[in-house]
Amino acid sequence: MFDWLFRYANPARFMGLSGALLPWLWSAALLTLATALYLGFSAPPDYQQGRTVLILFIHVPAAIMATNVYACMVVASLFSLINRHILADVAARTAAPLGAIFTLLALITGSLWGKPMWGTWWVWDGRLTSTLVQFFLYLGYIALWNAIEDETRAARICAVLALVGAVNIPIIKFSVDWWATLHQGESIMSGNLAGPFLVPFLVMMLFYMLLFVCLWLTRIRTLILERRLRSLMGAA
Amino acid sequence: MTPFLALLTRDLRLSVREGGGAVLALGFFALVATLVPLGVGPDLNLLAKMGGGILWVGAALAALLSLDRLFQADYEDGSLDLIALSPLSLEGAAFAKIAAHWLSTGLPLTLLSPILSVFFGLSGSAVIALTMSLAIGTPAVSAVGAIGASLTLSLRRGGLILPLIVLPLLVPAVMFGAGMVLEAQTGLTNGAVGFLAAFSLAASLLSPFVAAQGVRLNLAG
Repeated sequence: MFDWLFRYANPARFMGLSGALLPWLWSAALLTLATALYLGFSAPPDYQQGRTVLILFIHVPAAIMATNVYACMVVASLFSLINRHILADVAARTAAPLGAIFTLLALITGSLWGKPMWGTWWVWDGRLTSTLVQFFLYLGYIALWNAIEDETRAARICAVLALVGAVNIPIIKFSVDWWATLHQGESIMSGNLAGPFLVPFLVMMLFYMLLFVCLWLTRIRTLILERRLRSLMGAA
Repeated sequence: MTPFLALLTRDLRLSVREGGGAVLALGFFALVATLVPLGVGPDLNLLAKMGGGILWVGAALAALLSLDRLFQADYEDGSLDLIALSPLSLEGAAFAKIAAHWLSTGLPLTLLSPILSVFFGLSGSAVIALTMSLAIGTPAVSAVGAIGASLTLSLRRGGLILPLIVLPLLVPAVMFGAGMVLEAQTGLTNGAVGFLAAFSLAASLLSPFVAAQGVRLNLAG
């Protein structure tokens, strides 16, 4: 079923393909960033929030990436457990720090947005709490990886933890409906974001995704090269 | 005696004997319940408001203390290999160990909690709610803890990582457990008991499978 995918799971072939793609991806990322910044700053001030609405463009994509990166980790962990492929191990491992940073960024920018809008840096609202838990799940995963010396064993064990931690993803997603406290509900898919804000948001979202793919691929490549170097040093 | 009961009684016996840690957990719980009122001041109205949450956090942390012995001690002296070879499946063995951990830690903590709630000036109905919530929720602490214990069993410093990976998963237990006490205090129905029971049942049923996988992965390497 995944035969076409496994052809690229060969590390040598992966290195070739990702090496050819990365310059293009980086250029596309920088281009979308420039476009998103231009569109964002030329968006009109919100009638209630004024200029602070600009935080939307960095906060919402970061929060979406916080869960999406974890979903990538879960998929990689599944491949790691079922197919026992080294590239899946490395992919799951390298996604974690990126996800942790996106989560932290979502928490910090949300806090900066909460102060002028809600009058407080932090509330124990369902969405905020579950996102904070998500951050700790990333930290626990990274800590467990670093604590196990044997890399193959670390990959399998951490994959189990990643799958268990996946229960938090639906909680984050539905937290705004279950505990209708302070954080606002879903407004992108339901079309409640007005056009002048929607377009810069979508471009910024595209930038976040491209940035993640670029950093992820670069990090996977680094780890594969590191591993190769180690086996060369060991052979010499 | 069935292999399940044999493993259960063995683990129970080990936990109450010297170095077992069952009594240590109780001591830790009592110390948390003493230190918090000394730290925040003796205002009983304030302490009554926080009591449910503090005692729940204290009980969860106390139960975590002895978790690193759940699989690690057996791994180090080789008995885990024998358990894996026994006619009992690893899932069954994990369930027996979780049950033994709950009987030697969760249950005593639950029974101690009404006494410690005196320190917090909890009302009669709040004490009953707290004891009930711990009785319902501490199996989840043992069960979720067993997942963390199985994943870290071969680590030399597993005891440090264990709370970091287990505590985020215990958020529902602490939240709904303390929620039951809050319900008794305020009289506002919040449905915490249903969520707590659901979480506890789901965790107790699913975690033996995850923990057995964790043991398998650690023994394989």
